Amino acid sequence: MHPLLRTVLQRLGLGLITLFVVSLIIFSAIEFLPGDFAKAILGQAATPETVEAFQKEIGLDKPPVERYLNWIGGILQGDFGSSFSSRVGFRRTVLDIIAPRLWNTLFLAGITALVAVPLALGLGLMAALYRNSFFDRAINAATLTTISFPEFFVAYILMLFLAVQLRWFPSLSNVSADMPFFERLERSALPVLTLTLVIVAHMMRMTRAAIIGLLASPYIEMARLKGVSPGQVILRHALPNAWAPIANVVAFNLAYLVVGAVVVEVVFVYPGIGQAMVDAVRSRDIPVVQACALIFAVTYILLNLLADIISIATNPRLLHPR
Amino acid sequence: MSVDQTAPRSAPRTVKARRTVMQNVWRTLRKAPLSAWFGMIVIAIYIFVAFFAPWIAPYGESEVVSQQPFEVWSWAHWLGTDQLGRDMFTRLLFGARNTLGIALATTLLAFAIGGGLGIIASIFRGWVDQLLSRAVDTLMAIPQLIFALILLSIFGSSVKNLIIIIAVLDSTRVFRLARSVAMNVVVMDYVEAAKLRGEGLVWILFKEVLPNIMPTMVAEFGLRFCFVFLTISSLSFLGLGIQPPTADWGSMVRENATLITYGDFTPLMPAGAIALLTVAVNFVVDWFLHKTSGLRDEK
Amino acid sequence: MKSDARKSDAKRTKGETLLEIRDLKISGQSDDVWHEIVKGVDLTLKRGEVLGLIGESGAGKSTIGLAAMGFARPGCKITGGSIIFDGKDLRKASEEERRALRGSRIAYVAQSAAASFNPAHRIIDQTVETAVGHDVLDRGKAEADAKDLYTRLKLPNPATIGSRYPHQVSGGQLQRAMTAMAMSCRPDLIIFDEPTTALDVTTQVDVLAAMRDIVEQFNTAAIYITHDLAVVAQMAHRIMVLRHGKLIEEAPTREMLKSPKEAYTKTLWAVRSLAMPERTGKDVVLRVHDVDATYGGIVKVLENVTVQVPRGRTVAVVGESGSGKSTLARVITGLLPPRKGEVYFNGKPLPRALKDRDKDTLRRIQMIYQSADTALNPRQRVRDVIGRPLEFYLGLKGQERDRKVVELLEQIELSEDLIDRLPGELSGGQKQRICIARALAADPELIICDEVTSALDQIVQEGILKLLLKLQKETNVSYLFITHDIATVRAIADEIVVMYQGRVVQQGLKTEVLSPPHPPYTELLLSSVPEMDPDWLTRLLEKRQAKGKVSA
Repeated sequence: MHPLLRTVLQRLGLGLITLFVVSLIIFSAIEFLPGDFAKAILGQAATPETVEAFQKEIGLDKPPVERYLNWIGGILQGDFGSSFSSRVGFRRTVLDIIAPRLWNTLFLAGITALVAVPLALGLGLMAALYRNSFFDRAINAATLTTISFPEFFVAYILMLFLAVQLRWFPSLSNVSADMPFFERLERSALPVLTLTLVIVAHMMRMTRAAIIGLLASPYIEMARLKGVSPGQVILRHALPNAWAPIANVVAFNLAYLVVGAVVVEVVFVYPGIGQAMVDAVRSRDIPVVQACALIFAVTYILLNLLADIISIATNPRLLHPR
Repeated sequence: MSVDQTAPRSAPRTVKARRTVMQNVWRTLRKAPLSAWFGMIVIAIYIFVAFFAPWIAPYGESEVVSQQPFEVWSWAHWLGTDQLGRDMFTRLLFGARNTLGIALATTLLAFAIGGGLGIIASIFRGWVDQLLSRAVDTLMAIPQLIFALILLSIFGSSVKNLIIIIAVLDSTRVFRLARSVAMNVVVMDYVEAAKLRGEGLVWILFKEVLPNIMPTMVAEFGLRFCFVFLTISSLSFLGLGIQPPTADWGSMVRENATLITYGDFTPLMPAGAIALLTVAVNFVVDWFLHKTSGLRDEK
Repeated sequence: MKSDARKSDAKRTKGETLLEIRDLKISGQSDDVWHEIVKGVDLTLKRGEVLGLIGESGAGKSTIGLAAMGFARPGCKITGGSIIFDGKDLRKASEEERRALRGSRIAYVAQSAAASFNPAHRIIDQTVETAVGHDVLDRGKAEADAKDLYTRLKLPNPATIGSRYPHQVSGGQLQRAMTAMAMSCRPDLIIFDEPTTALDVTTQVDVLAAMRDIVEQFNTAAIYITHDLAVVAQMAHRIMVLRHGKLIEEAPTREMLKSPKEAYTKTLWAVRSLAMPERTGKDVVLRVHDVDATYGGIVKVLENVTVQVPRGRTVAVVGESGSGKSTLARVITGLLPPRKGEVYFNGKPLPRALKDRDKDTLRRIQMIYQSADTALNPRQRVRDVIGRPLEFYLGLKGQERDRKVVELLEQIELSEDLIDRLPGELSGGQKQRICIARALAADPELIICDEVTSALDQIVQEGILKLLLKLQKETNVSYLFITHDIATVRAIADEIVVMYQGRVVQQGLKTEVLSPPHPPYTELLLSSVPEMDPDWLTRLLEKRQAKGKVSA
């Protein structure tokens, strides 16, 4: 087999194992619930009968292996189970709670990624090319400050100035499903802007470091000494070797984006999956927490997997073995 | 190159004593840049406030001082009052104590776990290293905040749980760094020389490896502290971290956030306090990294 | 551009000045402070002439070489003087004008070809890049020309080697491919920056020959930068000796070798002037008997190796990279237990693994490493580095220990003022001396010296070698001296062991091994060592051609 294919398959296999172990960890959350948990959920008025009924409802009477298989089997068919907020005669499925919100979060993350990735890569590249210039120092100081700020600080500052004082954007992002695209975009402007600021700062710094590391290679100096034009040095000599570090930077930060969304959604009351998860954690609605965690974790693992595969596929030593 | 000193003196009876540690520290500090001094002064102020909050603060930590919530700034209440009529300024001072203390405890615990295991993995290698590294890889496959949320939903939010959960999760990153830095040291000829001399594990660990990874680990401690501090603040802001009535900067922002929609920036002050500290720590770490990396190739 | 990059042969006559550097000053930055590293150097180069720039580390020779292209590395800047290439001042020219010259009229050959080729592109694409990029040739012609150059440079499979990637060919071949790359526009001037330093001596000969031939064929002017006078003597018409960014001496090659004017110039071959007469010894301190060793149980790195070290004598183990000479040291120290065979010390077999050896056995065998930088813990002061073995093996403490440390410092000819220095505050030679003192502190019977001088400048090497000899006289310690450098062997060995691909191919007294007849590998190795004679390479090639065995 070609070594490249073998390495990619190995990586995919490793990814699958990771997914399995992570699903086990998330599933086993329910195993660690304290004994008085049902009471906490059902309230002090719960009778022993209702507690028992509840425990049966969530399947605590069955062996863990069977429950895991049921759980993961259901998820593979798109059934994430019932929320703890279900009551007798009124079943709320986890999917009902998270499905519309998942779409909202993907919208938010997607728009942010569209803005932030090119911006960060561009700025990072510029800072690397003109390193130690005024531009580089200024942008470095700015990003160092931004990454030192908690996300909610950035979010509220933007809200205070852009929404409350300047009234350019709405301060709350209560989007709904039937909203036209541009109105949705306007409502999402502040969350997108906040996330962009945070992500760009991280991503730009990492891009800069990766490119500077690359530009210090002797083959880049050689290209310059061959009289290759500055643009060609970047495009022909640096870029083919830069895919791996850049892919890793982007994957890392997109994953960060998904997580950063949790705080930002809460600030702007944006109806996304992050806010759903926070609410579920507060009410200890475990099935919803598990579903959200699984979605976040799978996204994160897949993005990293993709970055790894890009790194492997652009490595000349693997592409062209001896 | 011919500077090798060739003129030996007549054999002395006593050999001169070492220079003290304090002298070295002072010599280094005097050359620190402005940003580092700014950082160190800010950190010193925070530590002072954290220690002496009960004596500096004009009121009690959760003492209700006004019938009216959200009072504006006045001489009696410098930063006004919060949603329950408690003095904002007082709570800001107490917040330093709680938030800083918890973040510091968490970071220390994370370093004890991650640093210890990382160095052990690098020295023993083999299956110990494999086992620990794979376990850490798996833990890191779940985004940290999400993992923290799962665990908090199971165990509930108490200060103790918060410290343990965040410390364990953060120790994965400390582990990776400690392991990779220690690996670089372990392959050095001077470690091999110590082994050839017949030195035991304790000597190699404490005399050969640890002093050489300390600068990196100290710098990392600063950065991890910032990260832990931001994570705990975020959790508190989400209402899942430090629970009321304990004064804490993250929760203070959330509790008073409505004021912002009226154009009042008071709720941003605790957030600003968080930001200022992390910026200050970053400045000091930056200088420290510059300093220690420069020390090595000093000629 | 097209017409003037490939100039007619008429214009390429010798004698006309091609490059004229006047009062060149270059500053370099370290720790935010600028230091002058080139302090007013003048240099004149005629068409077709090869100029050697020689000097030790920190002489500024590479910096000057790059400045001849109007280029300064990041962290360096040209602060004064003029660089006039073919009538044009490169300092006053725009970056665009300089770029047009680079690659097309001034080309560069770097020290490490493996690092200087872009791993992502085929060799031929990188070879033709300059010619195509500067619009000298179209792609098809450029490729045909590249293959022609590969042939002239005696690369194997010249028609197809270009389609390989850099990691797929060997270091010596890459270095020749880089010379082809530099030649692709038929430049007026090539800067060779230590092009053979990273290669083994037997490979170096072929690369040197290929480079010299092609420069002669196209009558190209060249600046050849190196620290090895014997190498530059084969290549250059004229030599400039540099030190600390200043010109020390300049003369035609033969004159420089015959009658150097400056004392400093002579120190550049200091080690060659050392020649200790050999001594025989009967009392065997170490005997490695019929040893096999493998890495990971698979790759065989030592096969049937038998080596003896007499007491108070020096046995030099010579060989090129991959010969197994460092593995031999690992076997003796117990770091790599042998697969087969025994190591006897004072007639008794040594436990195979390090962990089974007792403290006193460990004390008797000490080791000194190639790089003092990695052999000294950067956080330990001299006092503790030397003091530790005293405390560990001999139980000395406090003032008693400190006094012994000072005594050892005297023995290695360093001042006791250095006692509280960190390794980072010492020079390269001083650091290596500290390593010697550390080994000496254990009062050993055998010291294994692994390439201990190869990272140092000649004059410092000489000092270290003299010190080792002096210490041997004082303490009757034995040395197992591992090296790839024949000059070092001549200087201090009593006996020589020649290794090749994990086997001992020859061993015996120094004069026996160094005088003919030689087994084939020893012959190849010894004949490949450049001599202080401008005609050495020519004669060697003729001799080899006559024998009809030019190695690939």
